[in-house]
Amino acid sequence: MTGPKLRRVVGALAEASGMRDAVLNELVRVGDAGLLGEVLRLTGDVATLQVFEETSGLALEEPVLRSKQPLSVQLGPGLLGAVIDGIGRPLQALAAAGGDFIAPGVDASTLDPTTRWDFSPVVTVGQQVRAGDVLGTVLEKGLVHRILVPLGKEGTIERVASGAVRTDEPVAWLLDGPTLHLWQRWPVRRTRPARARLASTEPLLTGQRIFDVLFPIAEGGTVAVPGGFGTGKTVIEQSLAKYAQADVVVYVGCGERGNEMAEVLHEFGALVDPRSGRPVLERTVLVVNTSNMPVAARESSVYLGLTIAEYFRDQGYRAAVMADSLSRWAEALREIGSRLQEMPGEEGYPTYLASRAARLHERAGRVQCLGAPERTGSVTLFSAVSPPGGDFSEPVTQACLRVGGAVWALDPALAHQRQFPAVDWNASYSLYAEGAEAWFAERVDRRWGETRSRLLELLQRDGELREIAAVVGPEALEDHDRLLLAAAALVRELVLGQSAFDPNDAYSSPQKSFRLARAAIDFHDAGRAALKGGSSFAELDVGRVRQALAAARDAAAADAEAAFLKLDEALRALGRTP
Amino acid sequence: MTTLARTYLGARAAAGPLVYLAGTQRARLGEWVTLRTAGQPTLRGQVIDAGRDVTVVQVLEDTLGLGPAAVEVTLTGELASVVVGKELLGRALSGAGDPRDGLPPPIGEALRPLWGAPINPVRRVPPSDFIETGVSAIDGMNTLVRGQKLPVFSGPGLPALELAATIVESARAPRGEPFAVVFVAIGITERETRTFLERFERSGALERSVLYVNQAQDPTIERLLAPRAGLACAEHLAFVHGLHVLVVMADITHYCDALREVGAAREEVPGRRGYPGYMYTDLASLFERAGVVRGKPGSVTQLPVLTMPDDDITHPIPDLTGYITEGQVVLSRDLFRRGVSPPIDVLPSLSRLMNAGIGKDRTVPEHRKWADQLYSVYARGREARQMVAIVGESGLSAADRRALELAEGFEKGLVHQAGLRRTLAQTLEAGWRLLDELPREDLLKLSDAQLEPRKAQREAAARRRAEAKPP
Ligand SMILES: Nc1ncnc2c1ncn2[C@@H]1O[C@H](COP(=O)(O)OP(=O)(O)OP(=O)(O)O)[C@@H](O)[C@H]1O
Ligand SMILES: [Mg+2]
Repeated sequence: MTGPKLRRVVGALAEASGMRDAVLNELVRVGDAGLLGEVLRLTGDVATLQVFEETSGLALEEPVLRSKQPLSVQLGPGLLGAVIDGIGRPLQALAAAGGDFIAPGVDASTLDPTTRWDFSPVVTVGQQVRAGDVLGTVLEKGLVHRILVPLGKEGTIERVASGAVRTDEPVAWLLDGPTLHLWQRWPVRRTRPARARLASTEPLLTGQRIFDVLFPIAEGGTVAVPGGFGTGKTVIEQSLAKYAQADVVVYVGCGERGNEMAEVLHEFGALVDPRSGRPVLERTVLVVNTSNMPVAARESSVYLGLTIAEYFRDQGYRAAVMADSLSRWAEALREIGSRLQEMPGEEGYPTYLASRAARLHERAGRVQCLGAPERTGSVTLFSAVSPPGGDFSEPVTQACLRVGGAVWALDPALAHQRQFPAVDWNASYSLYAEGAEAWFAERVDRRWGETRSRLLELLQRDGELREIAAVVGPEALEDHDRLLLAAAALVRELVLGQSAFDPNDAYSSPQKSFRLARAAIDFHDAGRAALKGGSSFAELDVGRVRQALAAARDAAAADAEAAFLKLDEALRALGRTP
Repeated sequence: MTTLARTYLGARAAAGPLVYLAGTQRARLGEWVTLRTAGQPTLRGQVIDAGRDVTVVQVLEDTLGLGPAAVEVTLTGELASVVVGKELLGRALSGAGDPRDGLPPPIGEALRPLWGAPINPVRRVPPSDFIETGVSAIDGMNTLVRGQKLPVFSGPGLPALELAATIVESARAPRGEPFAVVFVAIGITERETRTFLERFERSGALERSVLYVNQAQDPTIERLLAPRAGLACAEHLAFVHGLHVLVVMADITHYCDALREVGAAREEVPGRRGYPGYMYTDLASLFERAGVVRGKPGSVTQLPVLTMPDDDITHPIPDLTGYITEGQVVLSRDLFRRGVSPPIDVLPSLSRLMNAGIGKDRTVPEHRKWADQLYSVYARGREARQMVAIVGESGLSAADRRALELAEGFEKGLVHQAGLRRTLAQTLEAGWRLLDELPREDLLKLSDAQLEPRKAQREAAARRRAEAKPP
């Protein structure tokens, strides 16, 4: 038998001969086991393939089958709550076929073809439809899943289904044209088109005080979260997945831990989203390629996640992608690049690292969607970055910083003190802050912007004073400086500090965030007035304010009002000597 | 998947641990290879690059005296695997699974691939079973749970193996559930191996253990196999026999050095400090082999030990390990010098699975806040200690002085145990005693309700403070 055959296998790469007509990025089945692979390079009749499954056991001369298609993903109802690997196979299906350990060579489609959905058409017979038009809807786990005309398809509706439809059955028939299904396919490495890109102005609420108040993120924006090991990247990504104001979350566990994924499944399944009243897991798509799963699929998993997010964006939703971690994606590029014997760039990363990272970030954004009815949607990207040795000057961190609209830099010193989120406010920034300020001022409090500037100023001055205090001792400082240190300590420990594990404080509404932040500023003002009035710093009852602020922050919703009243009292009592 | 064995006379080249073959038939990636030379012991290796033109074999044993022209190479058609089974309990084997105890080779129950497949993440159960180690800095502040991978970051000469032995001794104690220990020695010395085993022998745990020993004088490349042999065995004991298996692997630093050696022999582009760029992936293929599987009674818990070269936690070995494992226990030279035993620095230490293992129904409801509070005051005390060196104690604020005092008490009264085991209740009490000394405003992590049970102790402490204060 002739046809393409393996001539070399090393690591995640294989070479096949007899591949003269293949094209770049074509999907192939490799070896007797039919492992999924992709063409990376073509030289004469030899193709170099990256293999998305474990390669050990592949033997020379085993066959390679061409698919004549690029790596793509099935998009349609059934994605919400799904757990899929970096090439789109549901892990449940892999477990059903292979047991507790992942066996190579299992074939499974992303969506279950036999699930029935209740389809409500919005188009009528005789109507003209074009790419992006909404054909109808199905209700999926509380979300109205809009079924869109795929790109490249248009025509007149000849017939349209209504009621129960299986995933693999047609929902619409075009006159002299193709039939349309509940699902469509899209090549993961290609950005899904939109009618127009829009500016990102509105904040996407995160429920985390330090982000919403100091370093907000806009809908459609991108954030890089760099930090050494154990600084809290994953906890941040998970908190955002739980509480951020997105309609759909795509959580990409890229080269990280298996137990973390088990935890996400477990927790997200139990946590109820107050806006929908349904488990958070039901608005989540999990893309999982843990650190011990094949490297090539780690690289593809990020694109897969972005494609799914774009698909929900195109339906008019706010999608968010949590990528943990982009460093593992970059390392996969490096590993494959070095096996291809490409000329290495900085620290062995391929020279195209920065351009790939930029292109990947460009898939985030707010858009005017294709098709009718008119709608806008967005993809917001949160990416964790894991710099070796915690050194931010390394290439992956730098590549992400260049393209990120906001940076939440994590500091191991804060993490060691258990000051969480361990965000270094000096190194962090957000280019969306100005736009967000106007929004918050309108909806939460007019003094939002002023409060934010005051907080930043306090923290700035606090840094300087603490340096001085380290040399002369805090006792040697003037009273107004000691007051400032006390106010800044309130801000750092109690306002910005937020435990992801405290059921009352894991999520903070913008109103609560503002009140706490404002209380710290009011404390500073009241203290200054008291000092001016002749009191000494030692006479101020700082302890009472600290306790009241902590109690207000950690109070259960039902007790919060009372706790805030007590805080007001403590503030008013500050200057009055007993 | 099986192919028949093929034998070839002569190799094209040999360099370090690598042998290059030409014209092999249907070589298989990962295939097990034997290499024979008349009058010399048989060597074993594995195909790490299969090619029509050249196939590369990585040899496990010392290649000293190997002549490419005369060597007879057999590709066995099999993937690398090891014998596993309950029968291995009580045995001592080499890193490649050969007997080291003078007994015949084990027959075992099954062959398991050395390069184990990943556990399907949806089949994992999030680990949450508290393990009482008897070590306060761990049980109280950085709780270990079953199915976790928690490495010890040590420095040259620090007592990491003693700590690992202590944990293993206690961890098996509660509940009388079936357990086993797999100890993998990777390039450590005879003396270090003995340190660990003696502790063990005393407690009678040896017959519940399997030892895979590759010592400093043993072949370097075998170090890449030893942990995999140990983990294959551990997975079998845990997921086939339902045992709770603790795997101690020491020293991961020697493992990484072996990895670097192979990378250099293959003339790969080196990454940071000469270690290969794929070291993260390689280490993950070890450390991720821990966990609990749905519907299976057993578990695999890992306690890898590594030595931070030059005590540097940013060195690639601890750095990449920390990025993969679920926390780390960090030993401190400073505490060691000051006689604190075990010398655990809790600030850089971390157990990421702690939250799942503590709290109501597991330990005590206020465990998290108790630990957070100690962390926060201890961290402040440590900062104050640095400040004292410059401004003297009198330059500190009152709160800083209190924190400084707590830090001293914390190291001497909670971290330090001098070989004595503490129950969790004793650990918590020791911590509360330290916290009792502080006024309410220093304890913002704790609610009034959480402090209520300490009312009497706190009042007594406040009275003592008031009396001690000059009028
Ligand atoms: N907001 C938070 N509240 C409470 N604890 C936190 C918070 N953030 C982080 N932590 C603590 O820090 C630990 C480490 O956090 P996390 O696992 O997110 O780190 P990471 O940056 O993702 O590390 P790695 O790069 O190794 O994956 C957590 O297990 C938790 O104990
Ligand atoms: Mg993480």
